[in-house]
Amino acid sequence: MKDFSWRIPVVCVALIAAIIYVVPTFKPGIWPHKQINLGLDLQGGMHLALEVETEKAVENTVERIRNEIRIDFRKQKIRFKDIVHSGQNGLSVKILNPEDLQSVESLIDKQYPDLEIKSTSMDEGVRTIEIVLTDKWAREIKKQSTEQALETIRNRIDQFGVSEPDIRIQGDRRILIQLPGIKDTKRAKGIIGKTALLEFKLLDETHDLNAALAGDVPPGSEVLYQATESDNSRGRAKKQAYLVKKQTLLTGAYLTDAHVQISSQFNEPYVTIDFDRKGARIFGQVTGENVKKRLAIVLDNKVYSAPVIQEKIPGGHARITGSFSMQEAHDLAIILRAGALPAPVKIIEERTVGPSLGHDSISKGLYSMIIGGVLVLLFMAIYYKGSGLIADIALIANILLIAGGLAAFQATLTLPGIAGIILTIGMAVDANVLIYERIREEMRLGKTPSASIEAGFDRATLTILDANVTTLIAALVLFQFGTGPVKGFAVTLSLGVLASMFTALILSRMIFNYLYIARQIKRISI
Amino acid sequence: MEFIKPGVNIDFVGKRFIAISCSLIMIFAAIVSLVIHKGPKYGIDFAGGTMVQIKFENPVSIDAIKSGLTDLGLKGSAVQRFGAHDANEYLVRTNKALATGESFSDEVKSSIAKSTGADVEIRRIEMVGPQVGKDLREKALFALFYALLFITIYISGRFELKWILSGVMAGSLIGAVYFLSLFGVSIPVLILVAMIITLFLFWQLNLKYAMGAIVALLHDVMITIGIFSFLEIEFTLPIIAALLTIVGYSLNDTIIVFDRIREDSKRYKGQSPEYIINRSINETLSRTILTSLTTMLVLVCLFFFGGDIIHDFAFALIIGIAVGTYSSIYIASPILLMLEEKRSGHKPAEAAG
Repeated sequence: MKDFSWRIPVVCVALIAAIIYVVPTFKPGIWPHKQINLGLDLQGGMHLALEVETEKAVENTVERIRNEIRIDFRKQKIRFKDIVHSGQNGLSVKILNPEDLQSVESLIDKQYPDLEIKSTSMDEGVRTIEIVLTDKWAREIKKQSTEQALETIRNRIDQFGVSEPDIRIQGDRRILIQLPGIKDTKRAKGIIGKTALLEFKLLDETHDLNAALAGDVPPGSEVLYQATESDNSRGRAKKQAYLVKKQTLLTGAYLTDAHVQISSQFNEPYVTIDFDRKGARIFGQVTGENVKKRLAIVLDNKVYSAPVIQEKIPGGHARITGSFSMQEAHDLAIILRAGALPAPVKIIEERTVGPSLGHDSISKGLYSMIIGGVLVLLFMAIYYKGSGLIADIALIANILLIAGGLAAFQATLTLPGIAGIILTIGMAVDANVLIYERIREEMRLGKTPSASIEAGFDRATLTILDANVTTLIAALVLFQFGTGPVKGFAVTLSLGVLASMFTALILSRMIFNYLYIARQIKRISI
Repeated sequence: MEFIKPGVNIDFVGKRFIAISCSLIMIFAAIVSLVIHKGPKYGIDFAGGTMVQIKFENPVSIDAIKSGLTDLGLKGSAVQRFGAHDANEYLVRTNKALATGESFSDEVKSSIAKSTGADVEIRRIEMVGPQVGKDLREKALFALFYALLFITIYISGRFELKWILSGVMAGSLIGAVYFLSLFGVSIPVLILVAMIITLFLFWQLNLKYAMGAIVALLHDVMITIGIFSFLEIEFTLPIIAALLTIVGYSLNDTIIVFDRIREDSKRYKGQSPEYIINRSINETLSRTILTSLTTMLVLVCLFFFGGDIIHDFAFALIIGIAVGTYSSIYIASPILLMLEEKRSGHKPAEAAG
């Protein structure tokens, strides 16, 4: 037979390929291929959606520009009353001499192409100039901050050591993170979610801390608290407060490396940090100018320590102490090495599945799959006798192909995905049912077995295609729309539809042709 | 073995008005239930909120768990048993999307351990922020709408060779909906209006196969949603997946009947559309019942043995497949017949496609 010849190799290749892909899942390491990926709901793990507070990045940029403009004004001797933030991405500049407007305009024009002057107004001899960031630039900053946050978080997670994390941007400002198999979710969240903005600031030692705590905070200073609770003499755990100057002398942006070391004196871990050349120069200058003053090491607005500067520190090394546990010191070093997030992030979605639950889900899913499968196999064999057995072979091949497909495409198997396979078991026999009902009809018309088979397959083929394409359309839309588990369902459903078309139209036809055409069996068992 | 004897001829089409009345009553009941319950009961996926699944070694009282939660500032959380009675598992949920910061699970664990005096295992935490919930809700609606439109393009194309007409129509509908969605129009209203316009256009353009299929699909989805609302089962992401699967499955059934109608239209030229349609339903009846049966068989296994997380999902599919089988016999084909009669009175059906 002509058709007969091409079907055998196609079926053999498909089945052998499926077996090659599936075997490593059950016997890992037998040959180098990956196992079927299990979704978070099956193996346990954590899914997080973070929102990057991108406005904050814009605000930081505006703040930076404010400082730069201030310096430029001094250089150009433009007398100004003050420069304050106005709105989310604007500055309001008050100059004392109205004639300076022109020089301000030319300064903005030359030095700050991404700023525009929105309006100017006069009030009692003071000219107010409203400057805003162009929308294009603000958008660009937001986009970059999300991308940069993604990179930073990826770095942190890589250093933390999670196998096969999945980190991606969703929409404008969201980051999706999947950490399969992670157990210490608390630590992971700590590492991912910290902004890790490291700042060095001087303590304000000229004003009174208690007055500031009572509400009288001197301008240019702020109250910050100790990161860890320190036991004071009365044995009450309390976070110590510091009065710190607002001006940041140096940030972690110049940091090149961070390591954990153990102090020989107290046997306590601390973190050493190294600056690059520019950072080292600034650090040397700052420490040189402020000997005998206290320098606060501030991370995300929490003070880690505030040692007294004994002498100028050249070379760009510093250490952060603060009664860490070994693990805390280790995690701090990780986030410092990976760098600060350009803007704070907020967890807006979390799904955590413990490993024991995932395990239960797998075993229950497989159990119902086996029971359902066996029932369908029995049913087909009883209803269609010999042909039912052929359909059973097709069904088993079908499951094998789905499993092979999952492994080959490295798709993720989720709990709804298992449900998808179970559903496909029920639906897979549909193609065979269609063909068999057609063959029965043709036989009733008095056709010979081989003619009935021929006609049954031919007429059912188009119907099967039509019916399956629509399921495939639904599955593809699901894939587009879905997240995690739902996507897994869409994948197994699509694979199942494709596999069932293959097994019904090619594999079972091959068997039928062999039995009734090549072997010339006269009676169809159907 | 045969369930349906060959040559069977049940008068399905003759009973179409009874069937359509039944369906209308069901759909009306679904709408009433939705109105009474103020819309579908959204799970945290769509409403936003926090859910924690906890397990104990030994039974504990729900009140003890609640008091532990109150200490955490989670007063008013719902606590319910989950799963088998001897599993000692509970689901805690609040409508608030809590900041599940670093120490959230530790706090929950220690506070509940204190109030119940038993060891707690946290098996699952799900927190969905309100904005994420709203986004997911809108995405789900879009997914249902787009799936329906794509499918109708395929049906109109395959059965009536109206690829271009249906493609242009669906394309402009998708375009219009997308365009309007950019202007902050309320998405549920938008999709509802678009759906009505779609039905009207199908009717006007005489895309009868697509019309039959889409009415049957809406019918299935409506009734399933109605039953969910009536039984107060929550809508979650997997349930949406189930609804889309029902769409695919019900269509599968419908198309197989349509396919036969197309074939029989050629074979029995000169017969009334009523006769042809009824005959086609009867000829495919055996297959319709068999496939529904095998599918039901596995779904019932999944429902009973698949574990609690998949329970509602399996239930949605069971309802959907039952309704879908019914609708492809009693709803899709009568709609086709009505459009056929609208177009040509009682003239014989022409071979289409």
